[in-house]
Amino acid sequence: MQSHDVIVIGAGSVGLPCAFYLAEEGLRVAVLEKNSSVGQGENKAAIGGARATHSNPAKIRLCQESLDAFSTWRESHGDDVGWKGGGYCFPVYREEEEKTLKDILPLQKKYDLDIDWVGPNRIKDIIPGINPAGLRGGTYSPGDGQVSPLMVASSYQRLCEARGVKFFFEEEVTGIVINSGRITAVRTGKETYPCQVVVNAAGPYAREVGLMCGLDIPVVPDSHEAGISAPVEQFLQPLVVDLRPGPAGKSSNFYFGQNSEGRFIFCYTPAEILVGTDKRSTSEFASVIGRRLIELIPRLRNLLIRRCWRGLYPMTPDGVPILGKPSEPEGLVLAAGTCGQGFMMGPGVGRNIAKLIATGRPLMEQDIFDTMSFHRDFTSGKAEALR
Amino acid sequence: MRTEGMPASSRIATHPVIDIAEKRRVPFVFNGTHLWAEEGEMISSALFAHGIHQFGHHPADGSPQGIFCVNGQCSQCLVIADGIPVKACMTAVRWDMDVRSCEGLPSLPESDSPVSFEDIRQVETQVLVIGGGPAGICAAIELGRQGIECLLVDDKPSLGGKLTLQTHSFFGSRSDCFAGTRGIRIAELLSSELAGLSSVEVWSDSLAVGVFSDRKVGVLRSGEYVLVSPRVLLVACGAREKTLGFPGCDLPGVYGAGAFQTLVNRDLIRPSERLFVVGGGNVGLIGSYHALQAGIEVVGLCEALPQCSGYKVHEDKIRRLGVPVFTSHTVVQAHGSEHVEGITIARCDENFKAIDGTEKSFDVDTVLIAVGLSPVNELLLQAKAFGMEVHAAGDSEEIAEASAAIFSGKLIGRRIVRSLGIECDIPPEWDGLAAILRSKPGPAHEQEAPPRGLRRFPIVRCAQEIPCDPCTKVCPKKAIVFEDDSIMSVPVFRGECLACGRCVAGCPGLAIVTVELDYDPEEKLALLTVPFEFSEEKLPREKTVVTVDSDGRQVGEGRVAAVKSNPARSKCRQVLLEVPYGDALSVAGIRLQDEQAPAAPRTSTGEEGFVVCRCERVRKSEILEQIRAGVRDMNQLKAVLRAGLGACGGKTCRELIAGMFREEGIPASQVTPFTLRPFEAEVALGALTGSRDAKESRSNTEP
Repeated sequence: MQSHDVIVIGAGSVGLPCAFYLAEEGLRVAVLEKNSSVGQGENKAAIGGARATHSNPAKIRLCQESLDAFSTWRESHGDDVGWKGGGYCFPVYREEEEKTLKDILPLQKKYDLDIDWVGPNRIKDIIPGINPAGLRGGTYSPGDGQVSPLMVASSYQRLCEARGVKFFFEEEVTGIVINSGRITAVRTGKETYPCQVVVNAAGPYAREVGLMCGLDIPVVPDSHEAGISAPVEQFLQPLVVDLRPGPAGKSSNFYFGQNSEGRFIFCYTPAEILVGTDKRSTSEFASVIGRRLIELIPRLRNLLIRRCWRGLYPMTPDGVPILGKPSEPEGLVLAAGTCGQGFMMGPGVGRNIAKLIATGRPLMEQDIFDTMSFHRDFTSGKAEALR
Repeated sequence: MRTEGMPASSRIATHPVIDIAEKRRVPFVFNGTHLWAEEGEMISSALFAHGIHQFGHHPADGSPQGIFCVNGQCSQCLVIADGIPVKACMTAVRWDMDVRSCEGLPSLPESDSPVSFEDIRQVETQVLVIGGGPAGICAAIELGRQGIECLLVDDKPSLGGKLTLQTHSFFGSRSDCFAGTRGIRIAELLSSELAGLSSVEVWSDSLAVGVFSDRKVGVLRSGEYVLVSPRVLLVACGAREKTLGFPGCDLPGVYGAGAFQTLVNRDLIRPSERLFVVGGGNVGLIGSYHALQAGIEVVGLCEALPQCSGYKVHEDKIRRLGVPVFTSHTVVQAHGSEHVEGITIARCDENFKAIDGTEKSFDVDTVLIAVGLSPVNELLLQAKAFGMEVHAAGDSEEIAEASAAIFSGKLIGRRIVRSLGIECDIPPEWDGLAAILRSKPGPAHEQEAPPRGLRRFPIVRCAQEIPCDPCTKVCPKKAIVFEDDSIMSVPVFRGECLACGRCVAGCPGLAIVTVELDYDPEEKLALLTVPFEFSEEKLPREKTVVTVDSDGRQVGEGRVAAVKSNPARSKCRQVLLEVPYGDALSVAGIRLQDEQAPAAPRTSTGEEGFVVCRCERVRKSEILEQIRAGVRDMNQLKAVLRAGLGACGGKTCRELIAGMFREEGIPASQVTPFTLRPFEAEVALGALTGSRDAKESRSNTEP
């Protein structure tokens, strides 16, 4: 097997953009993927929301890059990836969510994010049919948007292959070869791939891959359910996030949007986190999220639900991803722990990781990038406010 | 409300086999026009009754949409009913319902008043049977006889499954699966036996929409969502019709032969004047016969194989009536822009490729697709993946005749009884019998020569090995026998014949004629008793009729002397036919329709530009391009092209795409199939949440 400059482990939301931007830097790249094609892990489970309006500077920077990539995709690459720049809206009914959101506005504005608090009447315009009882207002960030994870993954594959990236499917990584502290190759069940650099973009399985080279990366997957409806005529522009906990103690926040094809796509954070890799649908999800959707926008009662599924969030202890080069082994680069936002961070991660590997420096400010280091103190308590 | 005097020319007023009951009329509106339905009628049939075959236009490319499966499987027949998109074939017309064609994407009604909810009902049961067709009912009967608590759910308004479409007499074994009785009657017999079993609860109009990892089954019961937790699950969901890709395959007017049987036999709609059938299996052959019985001209039937794969007796039946059967022929194109106007077929080579220059075109308004069935087994596979105790019976287990499904249900039902720890007898020979009933037709033998020296005898034109025995049971002289006692062997006449006609009326294949050579020695006339399942108006009394041999070739002419019928026992009439001595041994029946010469050949369009995924309008050429570029994961086709991502969940295109991989020489082992996920059918969010307005009664009675 010929030697590659970089082996990317995982052809998902994070691995694909890493491979693409590495190839753009002129490097010889191969991607190893255990599934049969691109995006078949958690990418296709993502609902496709993309926002830069986080409360953590590193995530803001990553997603600003991603939004730049998504919103100009057709002009840059010619492919339709279902971009819909309808913004994000967090409608608020309780004082505590109002406080949470207003508290992070100064930081968001400091990083040039187009987001503001708006009153209830404006929210009613932005979200037609929203339940007005007790509505206090909310935040609205028109620069955010939605995009199709499936279409982005397919487009990335096409763009990668056009730049000479090699894909190897149905190959699960079984070992990483290290000589005198340097990575020299990656082994799969079928083949050994010599290389200089390995990018760990294995999503929920980043920890397993890390352990193959003696690194215990604190990424633990938990499971979230999502669903999609049949398409209806467009009436909802933004992706909507309701931060309140749901009734009956089943759900905490939930979020949904109408994608560029008119389908509603929705997901909630379960009140009780389901740690592990179980991706089998439960009977509870559709009824719980359905009730929350209808309570918020009653006309959604007539929406036809088409499919439900479960996806995994590769969580870190502080809700911030783990990016960059650990001190050892040499040649290992982490693009892991994206905490369920791997899709929206993907292009930003790819651009930064590619620059890091090609030039030794990330794209964003070094000090902000370093807050995502593997060697940071994960127990500092500086957790992301909006996970 | 104007309901009187509206045209309803597409309703069948008289039928040779089906008793037609008077039903109440329910008024509704379609695109502003006042129409009426029969009480309980599905929207699709009500529209067809008024000659409306086109239900809207697809949002992606404006192509006309109509029915395809009439079984809730394909989602092609979407209409907007009282503001909400519904499958027209699964939604009964309600009083004053406002139905609109679905033009582009539906928009949500702006009903913004708050909704109150009820808890989702949870039900526990020992056994949940999904599907109230022959297999499901027979299994539930076995469970009920043992007093086992059992819930049977079925998505149609009444039980019976496809039996309710089967107006013909059944093959198989008389003692084990009602051979010789019409399917519609079997449905009644089984349903009433089930109704007498107190431990069995039946939910009709109840669609099982998903199996979940917490081992619950979601059931949409007349609009109310219920979660059922069974100890044992039995999937008996039957089959769905396979489809075929060709230019024009997605035009309104091209639909399944089973769909057609639903229209003509269940709903008594005559949806066509002239039709063509693609596929010579039993469904296509019987569908042709049902069309003729409904007064529809069957212009022809084509089969790509050198021989029809259905029962020879079914094929003979339609050949005798005058339907041309084109073997080694394939469909080239269905013509038309908004609806089918014609079809072109051509001779095909051994790879089923059309041979240039052999095209024949016919003017027809309907093309029926009958190219086989595939099991409805998604819930079965999901339940297995979730570690439930699950069984399958009938077509969900293996595609076969309904007689096999009856027996399969009985057998699996008893196995479930045993698995619940209750003793019950399963005769050791049942496994063998189940296999025999499932078997494909065997070889056809040489027709036995008529007996010499006898004046009266039957001619049994049944030389193919099929599992069927009624002729051996009805003869009062026990003179029709299997020489080796196997139900699969060919019945032969040994002994004495009274020419009583019981075998003529009792043969499900209508393959027996009795001959009386001593009828009129003076005029040298023999009297034949031939079976006839059409209205007597088709028989010109005292006049001559065209007599045909078993292949449908004209033998000569005969005169109808009398017609015997015993409606209480069978709707099969026996025609007493005078024929010349010389014709007596050749005549197998009476021709009903004259063969039509093909129309002028029409030019056909490109070969690979037709639609494969109907829901998302994805064409074969697009899919081929991806396969040739190296795609081996059907889920990636979904991502790149949206094929299989639509309303039907890939149920319609899945097999066509799998076939395209095969055609490209890619073995199935290299192809990753679509991932299965709930839901099996689209469900309104309001129903899933127990919202009160979703539970409002779906009554179709006058307010």
